Amino acid sequence: MFKRLDHINEPTVTITIEDRQIKVPAGDSVAAAMLAAGIVTARMTPISSAHRGPYCMMGTCFECLVEIDGVPTQLACQTQVREGMNVTIQRGLRDLAT
Amino acid sequence: MKRQYDLIIIGAGPAGMAAAIEAGKSGVSAMVLGDQWSPGGQVYRAIERVRPEKLATLGADYRYGQHLARQFREAYAEYLPGAAVWQVEPDLIVNFIIEEKAGQIKAKRILIATGARERPVPIPGWTLPGVMAATAADVLLKSHGIVPCGRIVLAGSGPLLFLTAARLVDFGVMVNAVLDTTPFANYISALPALPKALLAHEYLLMGLRMKQRIHRSGIPVYRNVKNIEAEGSNAVETVRFSSNGKTRKLKVDTLLLHNGVVPDTQITQQLDCEHIWYDMQRYWQPLVDKWGNTSDSGIAVAGDAAGIAGAKAAEVSGHLAALEAVYRLKVISRQERDLRAAPLEKRLLREKAVRPFLDRLFRPDPGLLVPSDDRTIVCRCEEVTAGEIRKALELGALGPNQLKSQTRCGMGPCQARMCGLTVSEIIAEYRNEDVSKVGYPRIRPPIKPISVDQLADLELVD
Repeated sequence: MFKRLDHINEPTVTITIEDRQIKVPAGDSVAAAMLAAGIVTARMTPISSAHRGPYCMMGTCFECLVEIDGVPTQLACQTQVREGMNVTIQRGLRDLAT
Repeated sequence: MKRQYDLIIIGAGPAGMAAAIEAGKSGVSAMVLGDQWSPGGQVYRAIERVRPEKLATLGADYRYGQHLARQFREAYAEYLPGAAVWQVEPDLIVNFIIEEKAGQIKAKRILIATGARERPVPIPGWTLPGVMAATAADVLLKSHGIVPCGRIVLAGSGPLLFLTAARLVDFGVMVNAVLDTTPFANYISALPALPKALLAHEYLLMGLRMKQRIHRSGIPVYRNVKNIEAEGSNAVETVRFSSNGKTRKLKVDTLLLHNGVVPDTQITQQLDCEHIWYDMQRYWQPLVDKWGNTSDSGIAVAGDAAGIAGAKAAEVSGHLAALEAVYRLKVISRQERDLRAAPLEKRLLREKAVRPFLDRLFRPDPGLLVPSDDRTIVCRCEEVTAGEIRKALELGALGPNQLKSQTRCGMGPCQARMCGLTVSEIIAEYRNEDVSKVGYPRIRPPIKPISVDQLADLELVD
């Protein structure tokens, strides 16, 4: 569980995470936005469908792999939010046909 | 952006920034590639963006980064934030990816200043959402003003464990417990190094003050902690451990683990530079001379990526490495290099004076580094457990690379960043061999994700 220390009083963008529309600071990483929105799961593993979430927040552990705007296996902690971005939890193996 | 630079610096933390500042003074063309969106590295993360109210609470050591970042911006060096390096070629070509486009630039000299990363220490259940590295909390706090709430437990050892706890307390976060795994024996073995550490006594004072803050806030600190296990179904719910021999269980929403930091050697390993094993802190570091020169001609390392010594030491080593680069580029003479280096070398000795003490005090318990529970996941990416690794060793896997072929351990997206050290330790224990003989999995490019599309569109520089 995570929370923001202060009210957001900087430029924001509206993004969708798992069908939920939320307003987040434009400087947020996708991973930060997810955690602040109460979502600790980023993906379900291809091998056992185990739930995984951000671990290192600095682009080292490669756990926070999510699907952004239809493109799978994006590192949420190294991707900055954009207006209208659509983020979904990556469930299992990426779809090679995309 | 040019096609070639005199000096390419990889990393925009204290070492990278200092090197850019120093190189700029001599008029060489320098380019700094930072993979984050603004300078500062990890220790001064978000230093340009952080709100003034937070600055005071984050302390003077962090605030110092503003001064460094300002000098960096004013330096005669180019800076490309958001550039992730995916390969460095021995003929000094640096391949990177920025805004989903692959790029390539050439250098006469390369300085690797990629800093440190967390030492990953597997425990049962460490892959559950809600279990995170303590530095992740630091990132969330500095870059985004986000803090954990609910039940929070910190576990492990090392100065950053207590610093993170103290920081959370400073920002009004209720920490429920700190589980300290530092073995009591370490306090005794660290004593001989204490006199030297007093030369850099401000580090010791800082440590004492941190512990005081935690003590005064009433957070229970459990000592001699062993056998930590995280439990839960789709997220962490409880943490089990023993403290001074007594078994305990705590409810938890966020479990922050920390067991020291280790050099980020991904690039030097990819280049096949010579590395040496630093037994006191159980990590690999590139073999470098006092200027940071590696076994590869034209390639040097500065800062924590060459061996953990902290932010101030990193800054000084960045200056030294840049002086060496400028000398090798024949812009200054050997005498001038040595003259300018002399006060820096003195300063470096002083900053490093505390290391022998800290390295002994926070020496990782070897028992901790080799998961005894077979169920413990070692390779998080490919979900390979300690038991599966030991079975592969029984079946004759000779080393980390054979183990990789047999179990897929190290083949996942993180490319052994999270399992490499543990694999070396498990093999060493199994074969009763020194880790330095066991080696490390071979690291191949690309070391950051890149698609075939992006590769195909890459404009070659030669």
